[in-house]
This record gives sequence, structure tokens and C-alpha cells, in this order.
Amino acid sequence: MSALLDNFWVLLALKLAVVAIFIPTFSLVLIFAELKLSAHMQNRIGPYFAGGRWGWAQPLADGLKFMQKEDLVPADADRPVFKIAPMIVLMGTLAVFVIVPFAPKLVVRDLDLGVFYALAAGSIGTVGVLMAGWSSANKYSLMGGLRAAAQLIAYELPLVLAVVGVVIAAGTMSMGGIVAAQVEPWFHIGSFGVRLPFILQGQVVGFAIFMIASLAELSRTPFDMPIAESELVMGYLTEYSGIRFTMFFLAEYAGMFSMSAIAATLFLGGWYVPGLPADSAAMYLLGPMVLIGKVLVLVFAMIWMRWTFPRLREDQLQSLAWRWLIPLALANILVTATLKVVF
Amino acid sequence: MIDRHLLAMHQSEVSVSVELETPDVTLNLGPQHPSTHGVLRLIAKVDGEVINEVEPVIGYMHRGYEKLAEVRTYPQITALVNRIDWVSGFANEIPFIVAVERLMGIEAPQRAQMIRLVLTEMARISSHLLFLCSYPLELGAATPLMYALRERERVLDLIEGVTGGRFHPNFNRIGGVKPAAGAGSTQKKVVQDLPEGFLEQTRDAMKNVLSECDDMVDLVLGNEIFIERTRGVGLIPADRALEYGVSGPNLRASGVRFDVRKTDSYLPYGGFDFEIPTGVNGDCFDRYTVRLEEIRQAARIVNQAVDAMPSGELQAKVPRIVKVPKGATYVRAENPKGEMGYYVVSEGGRGPYRLKVRSASFSNLSILPWLLKGQLVPDIIAILGSLDFVLGDVDR
Repeated sequence: MSALLDNFWVLLALKLAVVAIFIPTFSLVLIFAELKLSAHMQNRIGPYFAGGRWGWAQPLADGLKFMQKEDLVPADADRPVFKIAPMIVLMGTLAVFVIVPFAPKLVVRDLDLGVFYALAAGSIGTVGVLMAGWSSANKYSLMGGLRAAAQLIAYELPLVLAVVGVVIAAGTMSMGGIVAAQVEPWFHIGSFGVRLPFILQGQVVGFAIFMIASLAELSRTPFDMPIAESELVMGYLTEYSGIRFTMFFLAEYAGMFSMSAIAATLFLGGWYVPGLPADSAAMYLLGPMVLIGKVLVLVFAMIWMRWTFPRLREDQLQSLAWRWLIPLALANILVTATLKVVF
Repeated sequence: MIDRHLLAMHQSEVSVSVELETPDVTLNLGPQHPSTHGVLRLIAKVDGEVINEVEPVIGYMHRGYEKLAEVRTYPQITALVNRIDWVSGFANEIPFIVAVERLMGIEAPQRAQMIRLVLTEMARISSHLLFLCSYPLELGAATPLMYALRERERVLDLIEGVTGGRFHPNFNRIGGVKPAAGAGSTQKKVVQDLPEGFLEQTRDAMKNVLSECDDMVDLVLGNEIFIERTRGVGLIPADRALEYGVSGPNLRASGVRFDVRKTDSYLPYGGFDFEIPTGVNGDCFDRYTVRLEEIRQAARIVNQAVDAMPSGELQAKVPRIVKVPKGATYVRAENPKGEMGYYVVSEGGRGPYRLKVRSASFSNLSILPWLLKGQLVPDIIAILGSLDFVLGDVDR
């Protein structure tokens, strides 16, 4: 297994398959999970007919339906910007997967500044959202787009600051390096090395801030003000239909996946299976499954929150970010750095 | 267009101020908008997300019921009036029927009055449950909707079991109520008035409604974000509320302990033990809790009424062709949305000469321009929703 993966072309094909095919398909799984979970949380059954059993084909059917719809562009819209916006949003989220390690070598490119790249690529989507809002020639869209921009500025900072704690603890910004740092025994009891993910090494606060901020970055409830159906009709999505709407939709779920994958890698130990040597062949098989398992747990929490909470107001979101999350994240960095120096 | 105007302004006072002026954007909320409950239109002048001015435009749903009533006979009008506030159709019929009965000098038998009372309170429960679940939806929480609608469905089933209609019962007759749906020929001397098992099912349903209220307290009122979004938002001081003619739960949330059920005698509420819940601040949060508490009180009334249900006639002696003697009267009632009144003017014919409807939602909405000034766009939705209006009740 390991020898096979050393072949450049086999590895490249695998990497391409993961980013280009697996991620969008997995987004469909997440959409289905959202449909079913929300239904069961609300005393409903959810999709039932499409595909026969459990309505598993509902996201596919929805996607096909959207593809058949007319690709409407409002008469007053800024056509090129309007058309390119959803692509940028989808691109931004897919680009994040370049640095997500699924197994020791199963990563498209283990950049030295992997964490930095992930956060930068993740926020490109907001540019696309702002473009969509601006070009739609619709006041609701514009307000949605501007809200998204304000949200990005408020939440990119705690997101980065929360990650800094992990980076200090790991001593590297490469995603592979961060997983390796969690594979390293933290301390020894006799000859038994205790290996703990960063969340158990004291990065609980960082993890909580990261999850809250990533919810805001993904504009999911309770931070879905850019869309806010009841206020802004559909926010920046108001004028979109057909395949372009599907791209936004897919990007949201791919974004959930990418944010959860980053969180799982940074805080929860990534692909590492406790008890197995990190370079064993079984890790190539188990690693991706473990990572996806952790991602699913985090995604479940996101879906759970969406169907439980109302949405905050824009000013409340700003005060939450600037008055609570950023000071907390700074304190977290201070404590982590102090401990790092002392021990 | 704006630029030229602004330029002129700047040139004239260029020495006074060089500050950049931003013109207000006109934001048209409605008549087609997800959270205006129908076809209300608000023309809001917004500066960013702050509202400087708002002008409600109503009338998109005007159906002319007051005028229509002039060409209908009295028994036909009940079918019209229960469509005014369609969320609590049954409660709309009561004040009209009572007004006609008073003009004719008839009184409905005890049992009929008690059935009316039970169904009115059920209409209140179903209306308030709809508010309890749809209001969080407007703040972005979708789940409470499904929970409260489940219990509301049971209450509507009970109403349907008696009257044959879920929303538009058309069940009241002048001098009493109609024999229940599915009770057989109305020609028979003895007719079944309430469906079999109705009283037990009602007790069960009230138990469910009360436990649903507890669930809503846990799910919604205990939610930090909900509190954050509603506390101190949309404050209506008691004197303002009275000036604008706000009534019903909206008035009581401002701390005014006034309930037509306690002051007037359009239905036999006198013998019942229930409280008037009031709020303290008159904000959106209070309006929510007051309605929640009103459901509990309504369930209490229904339970008491079911226990004390008298037997006897359903219908007083009324001439086959209803003619109302010359005169005029006004009867008001405590409806789920607020105070509803009918002014009936009779010239002695088979239909009214004039019918004036005082609907609660219309008066409650009149406070909007004052209330929404200076608020944020997300708060418009929170405030609109908390007033709990129905467009049919506004436009009639």
C-alpha cells in the first residue's frame, strides 16, 4: 500500500479524485444529512420517496432540478460579475482541500504555511458573496452582501487567533506537521507515551472559538444574517436560480466539510488512529475514515445548532466577536505561549 | 438624480460642513415579502441598516366586508365575518351575533353560550399557538414551528369536530348555535349538539397544550439568543399604547391590565377563575410571554367550562325570517388579536343598514410608524412579528 502510494501518478490521481469528485459528492451526503436530521429534529420524516429507500437520492434530484432551471440574470445586473460570483465561492471552498491531510501522504500539497493558506482560501468565498450581492441590482442582495463582508472582517480575526494557539503548541504551520505534533507523545507515564489531540492539550478555548467563528464564516445559523430569509428574502442569493444557485448551495456544504476538516486536523488529531503506528499501511485506509468520522461529528453539531437557534442581529454579532471572542483568543495565545516557554 | 441634489446642498453650505452626506435608501418591504404575514407593504427609508422613516401601506387585501354586509341578511353575515381574522375565525362571529341578539332582545340558551365560550377560547389557543411558533421563525429558528403546530392541529381538529370547519366554522346562529356537524337531520326534535367524546378529548388536548407551553418555555424563552433579540426591542410604553388604540395582548404586555372578558358580558366569563397576564416593559419578549401565559389561562377556562357544561337547548326561539328592529348597538369582544367590535345599525330590515368593524390588528398596526423609527432592519421583523397581526383583520 505504502509502496503503491509512492508512485507519483497513482498518488496524483488519488488526490485529484479526492478534491474533484469526492468532495462535491460528499457535500451531497451532507445535504442529505441536513434534510434528514432537520426533519427528525422537527417531528417530520423528511425526504422519503426519491431513490426508493429513505429518499437517499433527494439531493441528487434537487441538483438535477436546479440544473434544468433557467439561468436567470436580472436585467440591471452586472452580468459578468453576477455570473462569476458563484464560481468564486465554490472555488474558494474547494481550494481549501488542497492542504487537508486525509492520511500520512494523502494530501494534495502539504504547504509549509498550510494553516495560513487554509484560512486565506476559506475567506475568498466572502469576496464572491460580496460580488453576488453587489451585482444583483437588488437592495436585499446588496444588504446581504455587505452583511457578509462585515461578518468576514469580524470573524476572520478570532478564527486566525484561535489557530495561533495550535500553531504555537505544534511549532509549525504545516497541516501535516500539526497532525505529526499530535501523534508525538505529549508526556510519558513510565515508557507509555500519552498521545493527545490538541483539544485535550489545553486548546479547548481555541477549539470553541474556532467553531463559533467558522459558523459565522459559513454564514450558518445563528450567524446567517447574510441570507436571513425572514428579513432579506434570501440575501445575496435572492436573484440566483438554476445552476448558479446550486453552486452556492454546494459551496455551503463543501465549506462545512472543509471547516470541519480543518478543525478536526488542528484540534482533534486529524487522521491519527490511537494505538496504531503513524506510518503503518492500515493508516492509509483507516486515516481518511477517522478524519471523515470526526468531520461528521462536527457537521452534526453545526446542523444541530442551525435547527435550534434563532439568528443574531448584525450588531450583536459584531459585539460578540470584538468584545468576547478576540480578547478570549488573545488570552488563549498568551497562556499557550507562556506554557510553551515554561515547559 | 441624488448626486445633483446633494451637490447643490454641498455647494450652498460648503463652508459649514464638508461631511459626506449619504442619502437614505428606500427599501420596499412587501407586499411580497416572507415575513409581512400576507400583503402588508412597508416603505422604509434606511440609512445602512437603520430605519429613519417607515410608512405602512395597507389595503392590498381589502375585501369590502363592511359594504358587503349591507346587502346580506343577518344569518348570512356570519359567513363573512369569520373570514376577517382567519386565524381565529370562530372568535370573530361572537361579537356580531351577540350584537344582533341584543338588538332583537334574544338571549341564547346557557348551553349554547357555553359552547360558544369553549370554542372561542380554543380559537384563542390556536391563534396564540400559531404566534408562539411563527415568531421564532421570524427570528431565524425554524424548529419551534413544527412543535406548536402539532398541538394546534389537535385543537383545530376539535373545532372541526364540532363545527365542521377548521378555520371558517360559520357555527353561530342568531339565538344559539347550529347542531353539530354530522349530528344528523336538523329536522329532528332531538339533535346531538357536541360530538361524542368531545369533552374528554378536549381535556386531553388541553393537557397537551399546557405541556406544549412548557416545551416552548424551554425551547424558546430559555434561549439566550432569543432573549437577546427580543428584550428591550420594540418598547411600547403603556401611555403610548393607549394613545394609539393598541389592544389585546399587545396592550397587556405594556402593563395595562385590561381585558374585555372581565369588563363586558358578551359571553358568560363571569363565573370563571382566570387571570389577566401582563408584561412589564412592553417589549417583544413581554408580548411573547403574555401570549404564552394567555394560552395557559385559556386552557384553564376551557377545562372549567367543560366541567361546568350545562345541558339544555341549543337554540332560543327565533322567527324563521330574522328581522331586526330599528336601532344600533356596539358589542366588543376580547379576540386573540385584541379588541374586536361590531357597530350594527338596523333600519328594521333583514340585513343591517351599516356594519362597522373595529378590528384589532388595524389599530395595533397604527403604531408602526412611531415604533419603527430609528430601529434596525432585523428589528423591523422582530417587532412586526411580535404585534401578531393578520392582514385580513387589517384590511377587512
